[in-house]
Amino acid sequence: MRDRLQNWLPRIVLAPSFFLILFFVYGFIVYTGYLSTTNSRMLPSNEFIGLSNYVKLFGLSHWETALTNLAIFGILYIGISSVLGLALAILLDQKIRAEGIIRPIYLYPMALSFIVTGTAWKWFLDPGIGLEHTLHQWGWESFHFDWIKNRHFAIYTVVIAAVWQSSGFVMAMFLAGLRGVDNEIIRAAQIDGASGWRIYRRIIIPMMRPVFLSAFVVLAHLAIKAYDLVIALTGGGPGRATELPATFMYSYTFTRNQMGVGASSAIIMLIMIFSIIVPYLYSELRSEGRR
Amino acid sequence: MSIPSQDNAIQGSRLIRALIYTVLIVFVIYYLLPLYVMLVNSFKPLEEIRGGDMLSLPDQWTIAPWLSAWSTAQIGVEPTGLRPYFWNSIMMVVPAVAISTVLGALNGYVLTKWQFRGHGIVFGMLLLACFIPFQIVLIPMARVLGFLGIAGTTGGLVLVHMVYGLGFTTLFFRNYYAAFPTELVRAAQIDGAGFFTIFWRILVPSSAPIAVVTIIWQFTNIWNDFLFGSSFADFDSVPMTVALNNLVSSSTGVKEYNVHFAGAVLAALPTLVVYIVSGRYFVRGLMAGAVKG
Amino acid sequence: MKRIHALKVTASAAVLAAMMGTAVAEEVEVLHWWTSGGEAAALNVLKDDLEGKGVTWADMPVAGGGGEAAMTALRARVTAGNAPTAVQMLGFDIKDWANEGVLGNLNEVAAAEGWDTVVPEALQFFSKHDGNWIAAPVNVHSTNWVWINKAALDAAGGKAPASWEELVAVLDAMKANGITPLAHGGQAWQDATIFDAVVLSLGNDFYKASMIDLDEEALGGPKMVEAFDRMAKLRSYVDDNFSGRDWNLASAMVINGEAGMQMMGDWAKGEFLKADQVPGKDFVCIRFPGTQGSVTFNSDQFVMFDIDEGKDSQKAMASSVMNPAFQSAFNVVKGSVPARTDVPDADFDDCGKKGMKDLAEAGAGGSLYGSMAHGHAVPASVKNAMYDVVTAHFNGEYDSATAAEELVNAVEAAK
Repeated sequence: MRDRLQNWLPRIVLAPSFFLILFFVYGFIVYTGYLSTTNSRMLPSNEFIGLSNYVKLFGLSHWETALTNLAIFGILYIGISSVLGLALAILLDQKIRAEGIIRPIYLYPMALSFIVTGTAWKWFLDPGIGLEHTLHQWGWESFHFDWIKNRHFAIYTVVIAAVWQSSGFVMAMFLAGLRGVDNEIIRAAQIDGASGWRIYRRIIIPMMRPVFLSAFVVLAHLAIKAYDLVIALTGGGPGRATELPATFMYSYTFTRNQMGVGASSAIIMLIMIFSIIVPYLYSELRSEGRR
Repeated sequence: MSIPSQDNAIQGSRLIRALIYTVLIVFVIYYLLPLYVMLVNSFKPLEEIRGGDMLSLPDQWTIAPWLSAWSTAQIGVEPTGLRPYFWNSIMMVVPAVAISTVLGALNGYVLTKWQFRGHGIVFGMLLLACFIPFQIVLIPMARVLGFLGIAGTTGGLVLVHMVYGLGFTTLFFRNYYAAFPTELVRAAQIDGAGFFTIFWRILVPSSAPIAVVTIIWQFTNIWNDFLFGSSFADFDSVPMTVALNNLVSSSTGVKEYNVHFAGAVLAALPTLVVYIVSGRYFVRGLMAGAVKG
Repeated sequence: MKRIHALKVTASAAVLAAMMGTAVAEEVEVLHWWTSGGEAAALNVLKDDLEGKGVTWADMPVAGGGGEAAMTALRARVTAGNAPTAVQMLGFDIKDWANEGVLGNLNEVAAAEGWDTVVPEALQFFSKHDGNWIAAPVNVHSTNWVWINKAALDAAGGKAPASWEELVAVLDAMKANGITPLAHGGQAWQDATIFDAVVLSLGNDFYKASMIDLDEEALGGPKMVEAFDRMAKLRSYVDDNFSGRDWNLASAMVINGEAGMQMMGDWAKGEFLKADQVPGKDFVCIRFPGTQGSVTFNSDQFVMFDIDEGKDSQKAMASSVMNPAFQSAFNVVKGSVPARTDVPDADFDDCGKKGMKDLAEAGAGGSLYGSMAHGHAVPASVKNAMYDVVTAHFNGEYDSATAAEELVNAVEAAK
């Protein structure tokens, strides 16, 4: 009897989480899919209108802008944050005396709500009052930095601020990983005469593979949900140049009273996300299984 | 015992170490810049901010904005400052973080050490749940909360945050436990230890670094959430961020930037404290991790 | 979870009972986004008035995006079956909610207090649904104002412009004097606020045909091209650094003389007053040149929801909102003018008095129009579609002819 229980216990422990997720995530996705085929405007409605919300969606020019922006933003943001996070974690793992002070400094941006730090960044990047202005006052007259006001570059300022906010957290994840590395392995490599950088490249960084996975999921999640950031920093502007799917979806669902179009944009976005992420997760988990 | 991680350290010349410190300090500046902007301006009178230069030190220092943000600024009709909303947020954050972290640890434990048929699919589903945009769950969630009779309560908010944190907490613990030697678990099993005994005696003691990461992540996300807080809270359970937002983003009123910045730092204090306090456990956790070697 | 809930219920019930000292809990829960110092203090007048009547005020402020965040919260509340007693709302949002059939009925109070005679017709369009009163209007903001720095105006000839040509002349003179002629923040709603005024300056009929009736010929016609040309002209007087700037920072530029003027609704006055500026002496308020006699407005209203309990306190609140003393006290602070036309203007400053006079005139003359930029001319979907085009044009993505064409398409798609 006790053995029986021990056998089932793992599944029983996992069950509540599983069913919560099944209902609150996948159930709601199905519901959103249903909404996207109705003419819901302010509140959900039941009137079926087929795929015309999708037709409408792809006729909107700034939906295209939003998708392009997500691609640019997502790639740069995830790439830069992971590389920077790993690099800083490795550097910070070198018997740094002030680690206890530096680590929280790298981490703290995550603590602040972007509702306000967005304003700080906005001012800092604003050529009229921020960095450019200050450097001009210090005598560097030719300095020019007005990306936030430029339709073609504004999205990169969103990347700068986003990397600022979360790369410290990625650093912490890698640091936790590095601290978990078995010292015996390193000692053995050192005895074999391997140099420091070689040990990192050949042994330690490959061991960080699960951390890369966690970092990727966290960053991709933040990239997809980048809403506060854009609203506080650029408000989606200049014009609509920094619109992202999250801001698009929110504005159609809640401020433009076109819930059906908002729902269809959510579904398209989910399809795209899943079609990129599922293969990655699949290969990652499979190769892990093989090891 | 010396700190074990130091064995990973690259044995390098003075020059390399100087370089490392330089890089680290450059990034310290990068991370501190916006905080500098916020702090400097939070100590200025409003006229000085209107005057233009946002990066210079105050000509005239004042702590009035801080006092105002804390206790007299107008959040709603009552000039209460941010003070009363702290408690609401704590009441919501602590249970939500605790429950989701514990569940995440258990899930991670099951998914790595007690694998059953289909465990990969379950993990995949939990993982994909991290990518659901919160905007789409708002309306159906409201209906469910209304149905359960917990709409507008702290309990409802705890449920919402707990559910949407599960994917992450499970992910963190699962990836951490994946590297944990399974032999130790098997050995304990042979010695007759049960499911919970093994978890409690063997895995939990070496989970400190990942628990720190998980708690930081959950605490920050829940503390800083605005969308759920503004939609599912009632007048008596309004969390901090909604109050901060009320302070900051009034639409057609006069904007007191100095008070806004002071308020933002005040609102972030609990998370900052969590970061600084928990940072110590990175080191402590790795000492426990030495068991592995 | 259940236990937490149960605990909470007992706790709040205890607090309530202690506060009331009676068995009946008379309470109004109010969702609004008036959270900045002056506004909230003004709202406190209403709260005190209600407490005098034995009604407690449960405050539920959600600021952000000119009420967008509050409207999102409201949707969640209504879906959960937990609607507030009263909600601050603007323009077509009221109509949309009324169509969902979730609002209450104020006919009884309205009839007893004679609201029909004191609230302008154009406002009643929003406060009533199918002939029933559903909302109590608090204020009227008018959006076709121009705020000019007096010293800069004196240096540029001293005469406040009364026509488009005079406006251009003044702007040119200011440019020659080396200041930024037009202070502006590049956010969609700010661009649209100017656009409103520009369209109105091309004629009342044109404004009504294009912005309210959405007549295709007006939307895409030569007059609309001219309106966009005027927008482009105004754009040339704005500094390069305008995009994303908050409206109040633009006001600050006018206040400290860096810029000549700002085109913004009457809430901008608060910034000037707060900086100890005196109307007529330090700054001048005029209607957008060519629109004197007409007013584009937006009006905050307290919309009453259909609730099971507390109908009496809801009525008490509606009556307090319409109390002339509150209307005066609130609007003096807010910069707007009372929604009732019979409130004395004694407490208002010169700009406020002018605003009240203009409103009464426009209301009587039929030239009081809902502002497109502020959701009082067309539903939210159409409004935002117009924003897209106006902003894209203002930022140089479209030329004027394309913009007029796009406006027709965008409106068609959003209808």
